Amino acid sequence: MAQEEYQKYYVPEQSVWPIVGAVALFLIAVGAGNLTIDITNGNEGYGQWVLLAGIVTLIVMVTGWFRNQIHESMSGLYSDQLGRSYRQGMAWFIFSEVMFFAAFFGALFYARTIAIPWLGGASNNAMTNEVLWPGFEAVWPLLQTPGGIESTQMGWFGLPLVNTMLLLTSSVTCHYAHVGLEQNKRKQLSWMLGLTILLGCVFLGLQVEEYIHAYDIGLTLDSGMYGNTFFLLTGFHGMHVTLGTVILIVLWFRVQKGHFTPDNHFAFQAGSWYWHFVDVVWVMLFFFVYIL
Amino acid sequence: MSTATETAHHGEHDDHHHHAPAGLKRWLLTTNHKDIGTLYLWFSFIMFLTGGAMAMVIRAELFQPGLQIVDPNFFNQMTTVHGLIMVFGAVMPAFTGLANWLIPMMIGAPDMALPRMNNWSFWILPFAFLILLSSLFMEGGGPAFGWTFYAPLSTTYSSDSTALFVFSVHIMGISSIMGAINVIVTIWNMRAPGMTWMKMPMFVWTWLITAFLLIAVMPVLAGVVTMVLTDKYFGTSFFNAAGGGDPVMFQHIFWFFGHPEVYIMILPAFGIISHIIPTFARKPLFGYASMVYATASIALLSFIVWAHHMFTTGMPVAAEMFFMFATMLISVPTGVKVFNWVATMWRGSMTFEIPMLFAIAFVVLFTIGGLSGLMLAITPVDFQYHDTYFVVAHFHYVLVTGAVFSIMAAAYYWLPKWTGVMYDNTLAKWHFWASLVSVNVLFFPMHFVGLAGMPRRIPDYALQFADFNKWISIGGFAFGLSQLIFLALLIKACRKQGEPATSQVWDGAEGLEWEIPSPAPYHTFDTPPLIK
Amino acid sequence: MNLIKKTMAAVLTFFFSMSIWAQTIDASQRSDLNLRAGVTEISNEVYDLHMLMFMVCVGIAVVVFGVMFVSMYLHRKSRGVKPANFHESVKVEIAWTVIPFIILIAMAFPAAKTLIAMEDTSEADLTILVTGSQWKWNYRYMDSGIEYFSNLATQREQINNKFEKGENYLLEVDRPLVIPTGQKVRFLITSDDVIHSWWVPDFAVKKDANPGFINEAWTNVIEPGVYRGQCAELCGKDHGFMPIVVIAKSPDDYAQWKADEISAIETAKAEEERLLSMNMSMDDLMANGQKIYLAKCAACHMPNGEGLPGVFPAIKGSDLALNDRAGHIDILLNGRTGTAMQAFSKQLTLSEIAAVITFQRNAWGNNTGDIVQAAEVHAYANGQ
Ligand code: HEA
Ligand code: HEA
Ligand code: HEC
Ligand code: CUA
Ligand SMILES: [Cu+2]
Repeated sequence: MAQEEYQKYYVPEQSVWPIVGAVALFLIAVGAGNLTIDITNGNEGYGQWVLLAGIVTLIVMVTGWFRNQIHESMSGLYSDQLGRSYRQGMAWFIFSEVMFFAAFFGALFYARTIAIPWLGGASNNAMTNEVLWPGFEAVWPLLQTPGGIESTQMGWFGLPLVNTMLLLTSSVTCHYAHVGLEQNKRKQLSWMLGLTILLGCVFLGLQVEEYIHAYDIGLTLDSGMYGNTFFLLTGFHGMHVTLGTVILIVLWFRVQKGHFTPDNHFAFQAGSWYWHFVDVVWVMLFFFVYIL
Repeated sequence: MSTATETAHHGEHDDHHHHAPAGLKRWLLTTNHKDIGTLYLWFSFIMFLTGGAMAMVIRAELFQPGLQIVDPNFFNQMTTVHGLIMVFGAVMPAFTGLANWLIPMMIGAPDMALPRMNNWSFWILPFAFLILLSSLFMEGGGPAFGWTFYAPLSTTYSSDSTALFVFSVHIMGISSIMGAINVIVTIWNMRAPGMTWMKMPMFVWTWLITAFLLIAVMPVLAGVVTMVLTDKYFGTSFFNAAGGGDPVMFQHIFWFFGHPEVYIMILPAFGIISHIIPTFARKPLFGYASMVYATASIALLSFIVWAHHMFTTGMPVAAEMFFMFATMLISVPTGVKVFNWVATMWRGSMTFEIPMLFAIAFVVLFTIGGLSGLMLAITPVDFQYHDTYFVVAHFHYVLVTGAVFSIMAAAYYWLPKWTGVMYDNTLAKWHFWASLVSVNVLFFPMHFVGLAGMPRRIPDYALQFADFNKWISIGGFAFGLSQLIFLALLIKACRKQGEPATSQVWDGAEGLEWEIPSPAPYHTFDTPPLIK
Repeated sequence: MNLIKKTMAAVLTFFFSMSIWAQTIDASQRSDLNLRAGVTEISNEVYDLHMLMFMVCVGIAVVVFGVMFVSMYLHRKSRGVKPANFHESVKVEIAWTVIPFIILIAMAFPAAKTLIAMEDTSEADLTILVTGSQWKWNYRYMDSGIEYFSNLATQREQINNKFEKGENYLLEVDRPLVIPTGQKVRFLITSDDVIHSWWVPDFAVKKDANPGFINEAWTNVIEPGVYRGQCAELCGKDHGFMPIVVIAKSPDDYAQWKADEISAIETAKAEEERLLSMNMSMDDLMANGQKIYLAKCAACHMPNGEGLPGVFPAIKGSDLALNDRAGHIDILLNGRTGTAMQAFSKQLTLSEIAAVITFQRNAWGNNTGDIVQAAEVHAYANGQ
């Protein structure tokens, strides 16, 4: 709260970036929508170009916006209070991400503990099994769907375990990078951050490997609830890791340019929070998608 | 407190911005919470007229039995888009607009905490609705699966444009989440020194809790539309039993979002009413603390009642019972609010200006809607009510005479502060009384046709419902036309035609926003005021 | 003080007269204003519960609004009142938290009791599988071979305001469901495509028909009669046009009906055999085909064969109808999974399928001149 000594709260003047961002999202939505429709109908369309334009616009917007902000921050316009605003904003943003994943985890739990047992005749659904899906047995992972699609289970031991180790380690390195920053040990900061990025990239590479493996052994996006939850959960997680890695890379370059001080480094903190969040999601994922 | 400098560019404006913004650029590039608030409010009003025009199509078709104006497929699109526009385009942005205008002024902050993001949140919306509306013109038409887009009607059996619907919901969601983050951070971090939690104005409190609900559930909506997208276009089977999914799972995830969503549309209304009634009763709000706790309880309970929309989906009886009891419980904190308002009026010294009239209408009509909600909560009877016009009556009472009336009350209450002039009182009286009468002609008989067995979302009906439907439609047209009076009044006020308003505007008004001049200067509270 | 007493009295009188008014609505009659009490024990319980809830709500409303209006009358500035300054009272606040809570608990008991009774589908005398599809119902008696579809019977011209609307406009079907009275009939409810909801108000039964899952409901009708209901879940374009009609017959009449049905199935089989070996003329096929087309296909493909662009394909000028004879037969027999195009092999006889195919291949300028006979459809169906 604002009981402390008063510092002026910085209110930026007009800015073009928000409206550019709105246009970018518009193009992305229109492009992605049309692209999806065209792909399913097998049409040649302009969707991908609109989407691309949107993404480019978004990148331009983010770059421009952040450049402004970095500039403002470096020229000392920001008060502690604003720093708190940013931090809280980031925390709530991560909470919203948690809820996004919660929807997919919810689908996973619902399917495992309710929908699939019901299809197998549990609870008040004896007739469902008897009349509609005779012979269907409810087991998880669902390697044979009621409709008869078969797939194969993904083991947790090999790649996934390695990936878990990688991400957990990267959380540690990320933490030490932060410690380095706070104690003004720039070398440690730089190295640890670089190491985190490296681990993130390796993780992503292995994740691609894992997908290839999945398709090889016959687990695909359309092979029923097991495949659906597997790919969407790991897929969205992968997208978040990608984003997190990009953020870390940007941070790394800023570190090289001498940005951030022990007590003014919101961007760094936000990036590292995000990274930890991505890790926690993975651990949940590893546990619920692979092991259980 | 800094006011009046450099008034030169802006005639009647107190404005000390260095580069006084003007023209289109002012609105496109603004970072000012008042400008953004105005944008939100006008956008929401335009959406209200658009969604209302669609309701007029619905009512015209239902004026008499038989198909006359539109074909059933288009009728379904009208119902769907009417619901979507009113919920996401009219009510939610109106509340966000009010939050933008009022929260910084009420807590003594110079602006919202994240002003640029604020602008971004707003400008996403017109684009999102442009996409949604233009999908109506695609081959096969726009969304026709109800605003609740139940799978598999929205997946396997929907028209191609569904992808556009999905992505427009995604960006609406982004906008709402950013808006909500901004509100929370502003309230948490920018209160003037001395404004402790329990000194915060009620509107601020209710919005804080609303914002929390938004951040918690909008991502879930994003998740469920994503599953709709992949089910329809990419071969997943979340909502398809053949692949181990379940269409009812869609409803669980949707209503986990959907029920808190309806409280998102009513909690800020509660806040508004808690400002207006004390002002015109000239007596402090009764039970401030219990109001806060009640709001919080409603919000928390709203996470565990979602399946009351799904009683007929065949849940096990234990689940039905749990959701029935949990839903009934919500009446208790809501009742506390209603009783507190009545107690605030008790032994006050009341006058009945337009905001107060709307507030009183709100209390009465919202309570009617709430009580029919309580009836719906009783599972065995809901089997009879579900998906009939009784439900339609319920939610229009809480949404139109609840949320929308509160927004109108708020508009009248703060309009003099925003524009610096009093609204045209004659027009306002006409607007209120015409709306009050017609809205009841419109929605009250819906209870009867619903109980008598008329299902919702049908373009044509059995003959026994004909008489009431005629009256409902007439009420609908009258209510629609009454809103044009409001439009005229708003335009007049925005063009500053009217008596100049004092800074306090209303006798009994209390709060920081009444301590600054009317119209509120472009920038307020550059230095925070001190709250005793 | 006097005034408060008077108002209280007025309030009570109002409350009382409301309840009298409510009682004067004859419970067994269909009302245009209120829920109907229906024709089963359960539906009557539900009705009572509804009235109880309603009265409680009216009571609460009267008290709350009463106090409010009294206050609005008494405590107006124009009467020169000075505002009081109280703004809390723990006692009152506890009271109005606890009292509603008690009211709720009192309501919860009867509600839970009725609910448990409604959901108990065990020990049924007769089980019927009810399947919804766009936009008709299929009934299958699990104890006998009886199975048929039930379609809207209201003429299109009535809907389009060309003919006068009949008494049961939109609430009439070609083949109603028939059940015996005095027996517990269990419904297994499911769907072939989207979610529908099987609702007969007089039984207080409304259960969603979820594709891939079976929900159960039951009824035990007291009085023979005709009971009408509608699909109650948005299921696409013609959601408003898939009514339900149930005829409850006394057990004897029901047994008779059942025997008749079973023998009718036998006759139909024989007729089908006969038609298989017959060749129909083009004119007969076209006339018959048109009738079937308008009844079964026009809902989606439109009477003019042009479909709804983007939702339902046109048959007029369709490649399949012009060139691909086998494909045409196939899509009718088997439908196309994952689309609204359903399999018609159960809904239509082979000769009807032949007729409708012939019709589609020759109507609206689809002048292929093709004649498809029942035998060909039969051969295709068996050749798979
Ligand atoms: C602003 C929006 C809003 C609000 C506030 C509410 C409030 C409530 N709603 Fe409503 N509801 C909707 C919007 C809203 N609803 C919408 C949009 C739908 C339909 C969605 C769709 O299908 O399209 C819906 C549908 C809906 C259903 C599903 C019906 C069906 O489809 O079968 C149910 C069932 O339980 C329900 C219940 C309730 C309850 C118990 C409340 C309670 O919060 C009400 C509490 C208030 C009171 C009870 C009155 C005041 C209290 C007192 C005076 C105290 C004394 C009273 C007692 C203790 C008894 N609502
Ligand atoms: C806040 C939300 C909100 C608001 C304000 C309204 C406002 C209105 N609603 Fe609606 N409504 C919903 C939310 C809302 N509704 C939802 C969520 C559904 C469910 C959708 C679904 O089933 O999926 C629904 C469904 C719904 C139905 C049921 C449709 C069906 O089941 O088939 C009907 C039917 O009468 C209806 C009517 C109206 C009317 C007449 C108004 C009026 O209040 C509107 C008044 C406003 C105007 C008319 C605009 C102003 C005037 C003009 C633009 C000038 C033109 C005027 C004339 C030509 C007279 N609404
Ligand atoms: C509930 C809606 C519905 C009904 C009723 C219906 N159809 Fe269809 N029909 C469809 C849909 C949807 C398709 C498109 C399927 C696809 O996407 O492959 C289709 C496709 C077809 C096609 C193929 C068209 C083409 O060019 O590919 C033919 C032929 C056809 N239907 C004939 C009929 C006949 C004959 C009847 C009635 C006996 C009928 N349909 C009833 C929805 C319906
Ligand atoms: Cu079937 Cu609605
Ligand atoms: Cu709800």
